[in-house]
Amino acid sequence: MHALESKKRTQTVLVFALTVLCAAAFLFPIAWMLSTAVKAPEDIFTAKPELIPTNWQLHNFADAWKAQPFGRFLLNTLIVVGVSTPFAMLSATMVAFGFARINFWGRNALFLFVIGTMVIPWDVTAIPLYIQYNKMGLINTLWPMILPGAFGSAFFIFLARQFIMGVPRDLDEAAEIDGCNRWQIYWSIILPLCRPIVVVIGVFHFVWCWNEFLTPLIFINDQSMYTLPLGINLFKNAFNIEYEKLMAVSCLSVLFPATLFYFTQNLILGGISLSGVKK
Amino acid sequence: MAQSSAGQTLLKRSFRRKRLRENAAGLFFISPWLIGFLLLMFGPMVFSLGISFTEWNMVGSPKFIGLENYAHMFTSDPFYFKSMIVTFKYVFIMVPLQVVFAILIAVLLNRATYGIKFFRSIFYLPSLIQGVTLALIFSWMLNDDFGPVNYMLELVGLPRVHWLTDPNVALYALIFIALWGVGSPMVLYLSALRSVSSEYYEAADIDGAGPVRKFFNITIPLITPTILFNILTSLISAFQTIVLAFVLTGGGPANSTYFYSLHVYRNAFTHFKMGYASAMAWVMFILIVLLTGLVLASSKYWVHYEDDGGGR
Repeated sequence: MHALESKKRTQTVLVFALTVLCAAAFLFPIAWMLSTAVKAPEDIFTAKPELIPTNWQLHNFADAWKAQPFGRFLLNTLIVVGVSTPFAMLSATMVAFGFARINFWGRNALFLFVIGTMVIPWDVTAIPLYIQYNKMGLINTLWPMILPGAFGSAFFIFLARQFIMGVPRDLDEAAEIDGCNRWQIYWSIILPLCRPIVVVIGVFHFVWCWNEFLTPLIFINDQSMYTLPLGINLFKNAFNIEYEKLMAVSCLSVLFPATLFYFTQNLILGGISLSGVKK
Repeated sequence: MAQSSAGQTLLKRSFRRKRLRENAAGLFFISPWLIGFLLLMFGPMVFSLGISFTEWNMVGSPKFIGLENYAHMFTSDPFYFKSMIVTFKYVFIMVPLQVVFAILIAVLLNRATYGIKFFRSIFYLPSLIQGVTLALIFSWMLNDDFGPVNYMLELVGLPRVHWLTDPNVALYALIFIALWGVGSPMVLYLSALRSVSSEYYEAADIDGAGPVRKFFNITIPLITPTILFNILTSLISAFQTIVLAFVLTGGGPANSTYFYSLHVYRNAFTHFKMGYASAMAWVMFILIVLLTGLVLASSKYWVHYEDDGGGR
């Protein structure tokens, strides 16, 4: 018995050591981002790069923020994320409820079709969408970034459907007997129970929207409509990269999603468990 | 007799009405997706297929040229196969590596006891960083002369590597960078691992199975649905990869990171060859459909669903 316990202990220590080692490897680029963000330009290109700078330049953050209209870029990003996230959460659960709970004609084939849309490359739709948005006068507006996620993307519909299928049907039936209609069942029974998966969708959608580079790259030319990723890319011009400013702004822009993830991670892990509500 | 038949019609009618109501309700609930699909996917897809048979620079009107675009890519575009090979190499190295890494880290995190929240965040952190930022961080870390990675190589007596400027290395450097984004699949695996019932392990303990056997005979089979899901999503996104190459290498050096999507992007938005770019996009679409179909078809041999019944 004693031997077993000490074996278990060695295992725990070993797992911990391995975790720390891997974490260090994962943290290394981020540590470099932070370190570069507070360096003086002349300390960046040295033969002996140092992780902990001797000459701290905290004003880099403010300088970088002012070097381009980042307040505007942040506002644009916040508008995109703020408008599309609630719609993404609502539409994904609504569609998923339809697929999980209503026996309509062609539902299985349609669901396969929804999943199938994940396969469509952005390349296929980008050109016609450009023309379409152009005709609608939406080029250089935030709409091309807001719309695609707002109608419910296949990935989220899939996750939400998995979750709803795990919710006992008895609940729906009891509600139906009590005189609830379909919308009431969705709105006041299923949606509240879906809180964990709604959080997952919200956080994932937030992060993806926050980081999206390609969509604004294609549909936005006007700098005043840039989002953060495009703004950050401005520090990389044809001649050189202003690393210290670039890293400073990068640090600032990762703060939002990182904080969000830190505080919601338990909900996220609970939410994706594909078995849904425990019976 | 007459009465019962009238009752039947009534019953039938109410049944039919119920079906109608069911269909209407279904349609209502899936309408957000349906509207999005018709507006942002179906129309554009039809249009894109149409212009793939034309020559069009967006200014004049499209000129119908039949299959010429498709013939051109297979016969006279010197970059076409180059970009295809680059993309396939990337997909077939990156996807398996990502699956293995994500599972290993998830297993590690699932067993870790101290600071679990902290470590989870660390592994997920790189996926929270914008692709552009991550790319630029690495462009600095992998700098030939001043980057810390080469500095460390030198410290331990290894030669410097021209990570992003050597055509034989650059693609692998991008794969290496992409693996930093392992956090999203890792989170999915972690939640899959957490839902594995401990009964299986207890039973295996009684049978005297070691940790390796437990991993391959219990853990892996039980998370195969998640593995399938991750293979599919990362396969699909790896095929369309562009941001890393766009920001870091611009397709160079010597076109060694010239991805298929970059070729499509350049043709469409730099050279304005909309017809040709659409044709290329459609070939990629068909390739992705075939490959995902293959993976799905294979899945019945290796994916286990717990609620299959019978099976176990």
